[in-house]
Amino acid sequence: VASPTGTDTIEAMTTAAPDRGTRLVLGDEAVALGALHAGIAAAYSYPGTPATEILEYLMAHAGDDVTARWTANEKTAYEQALGVSMAGRRALVSMKHVGLNVAADPFMNSALVGIRGGLVVVVADDPGMHSSQNEQDSRHLADFARVPCLEPADHQEAYDLTREAFSLSERFRVPVMVRMVTRLCHGRAPLRPGSPETAAAAPPQRVPAEWILLPMNARRRWRRLLDLQEDLRAYTASAVVNRLEPGDPAAGFAVVTTGIARGYLAENLGDLDPRPAHVHVGAYPAPADLLAGATAGVDRLLVLEEGYPFLERMLRGLLPGSVTVLGRETGDLPPDGELTPDTVRAALGLPARRRVTPPAIALPGRPPQLCTGCPHRESYDAVRMALTDFVEPVVTADIGCSTLGALPPYEAIESCVCMGASIGMAMGVADAGMGPALAVIGDSTFLHSGVTALMDVVAADGAVTVLVLDNETVAMTGLQPTVLPGSRLEPIVLGVGVDPDHVHVVDLVPNRPEELAAVLRKELEHPGPSVVIAVRECVEKAKARRREARS
Amino acid sequence: VSYDVLVAGVGGQGVISAALLLAEAARRDGFDVHQGEVHGMSQRGGAVQATVRMGRDGVGGSLIPAGEIDLVLGLEPVEALRFVSGLSPTGTVVTAVEPVENIPDYPPLESILEALRAVPGGLVVQAETLAREAGSFRAANVVLLGAASPLLPVRRETLEACIEDLFSARSPRLAAVNHRAFDLGRGAAAPAGR
Repeated sequence: VASPTGTDTIEAMTTAAPDRGTRLVLGDEAVALGALHAGIAAAYSYPGTPATEILEYLMAHAGDDVTARWTANEKTAYEQALGVSMAGRRALVSMKHVGLNVAADPFMNSALVGIRGGLVVVVADDPGMHSSQNEQDSRHLADFARVPCLEPADHQEAYDLTREAFSLSERFRVPVMVRMVTRLCHGRAPLRPGSPETAAAAPPQRVPAEWILLPMNARRRWRRLLDLQEDLRAYTASAVVNRLEPGDPAAGFAVVTTGIARGYLAENLGDLDPRPAHVHVGAYPAPADLLAGATAGVDRLLVLEEGYPFLERMLRGLLPGSVTVLGRETGDLPPDGELTPDTVRAALGLPARRRVTPPAIALPGRPPQLCTGCPHRESYDAVRMALTDFVEPVVTADIGCSTLGALPPYEAIESCVCMGASIGMAMGVADAGMGPALAVIGDSTFLHSGVTALMDVVAADGAVTVLVLDNETVAMTGLQPTVLPGSRLEPIVLGVGVDPDHVHVVDLVPNRPEELAAVLRKELEHPGPSVVIAVRECVEKAKARRREARS
Repeated sequence: VSYDVLVAGVGGQGVISAALLLAEAARRDGFDVHQGEVHGMSQRGGAVQATVRMGRDGVGGSLIPAGEIDLVLGLEPVEALRFVSGLSPTGTVVTAVEPVENIPDYPPLESILEALRAVPGGLVVQAETLAREAGSFRAANVVLLGAASPLLPVRRETLEACIEDLFSARSPRLAAVNHRAFDLGRGAAAPAGR
């Protein structure tokens, strides 16, 4: 399937004219290439913007000796990567930021085991929420787990630090996080890759006491992890990526950047006279001495970091200090959203650049919408038709293209919280005495996290109707295959124990929502669990299939 | 200092392909390049933008600072006009004339075009018509690249080589269509008789 992100386009051009040692890559591809050149044995992921292209690149480019696989969800992805590490080989697991919430259980606990093959978890944050429900900052989770975190500032660092992360992971025998952000994941810049290494498998060695987290072992391992922190701080104190550029104390302030904020500072640096001292942090735990060095002779420290005020809070602390720390919590930068060269410019005290007067015409927005020919259109028509006869219907929904049922002309759903939440929330709605409760969920989302909630509905004999929109692909993220084919959905639902009389598979006919509406209406009246699977291939997938057949 | 291009349009129009052609041409001409775009939710049938920034002494990232856009390359007039307020004092706009009216409240087209023509150097191109003339309406993005090419710091030959490498990999016919599209666009940029 052609990547919607233009990787094929670039490759067609690069293949024809290779280059002067560089080529344009996505940040995600720089990470993938770094992992490949670090000699990984395996990579796992669940599709999620902006991390999807990491595994896509590996699936397209890794040799037969590398396993690269989509998994049911981020937790199972992480666990498989952990198994690779236990077996002594290097593994990459990649996901979007909220995916790490799903994988938090294995992530947190893997910090306590005795990592053997390097284990690197790449987490792509989405500040500004381009394609996400929140803008959580994964550096907090690395800190929470007490594992090192590397944060690339550009494409070259995305490649270099991913490679570095594998050797760090083996050196300290802990998982290492690489934190990416949307603008880096989905920006292209020239990359100069190094030569690939072949990572030898660690010799067979079985140390169950390092891997069986029974309390007696876990307490020892936790203590070991805490003792390790000093070594980690020694590493980041001298890591090349953490740098102090001395400045002129006459500037009156110093600047701290992390990640891509370094570029936004560079964008404005030419206008700063005198130049402030600058510390860039790309490896955590934060290098305290370097940060202290920047504040010599000044009493203000401006912190520019993408995401939460992570370093800012750490530097400010709670008790009054001699240095005033400025950032997102002091109003010098917006408290939410992405940084931009402009917000950074204002925080540096520079005047805004001259701009052309904007046009007087008010322009309408052009929000995303369900594609013409999308099967979800008939499904949401059917939902609306089916609900008209009920007094207090509630429709909970889920993550993916199906969420676009929230927009006009459908406005057919009432919630979208996290992967799989539609079913559990519908159960809660029913328990609270409202209803009928209808949960709408896509096929891949159902397989990711919906099945477990359906077990609860069956166990409680809940008055919940689940509508699974089976478009036979993971559509929103660019047509990845679902972990199991649509034909497995009905057996799964029956296997969980939903009464076969209340399980229906409906083929969606274009412009004919009536049959689905009738089935839904009947099942919404049923006082127990029911599942309706509405089937038609995603229109974009059908197009891609036709394109492939032609070429 | 970088030359910054913002490509604006609607999902499916070839916004990203146009940006990639330009970015690759800039790389081949020895520029530092940053190219950016958004994926996922925002891509489905809605407004799509991509940026291409090319400089000789490093580029700070893919986001163009306000007031630093040198060229808005519009595949759709409303989407082009959206970014005119980000132009630098010497920046300009090259845009397709053909609207994509997939929203209920699309403004009167003439007022949009008038505002676009009011930008100093603003150029409104019959991109889709010329693309059909070249052999495929899909080549409107390359028509616009052709129309913008006299303004760009990349060499015309390099852009043409990128077009050749990209499309001939798919089919020789497609390459020929896009070369024609580029030439027709370039012709549209030159006022008659000059």
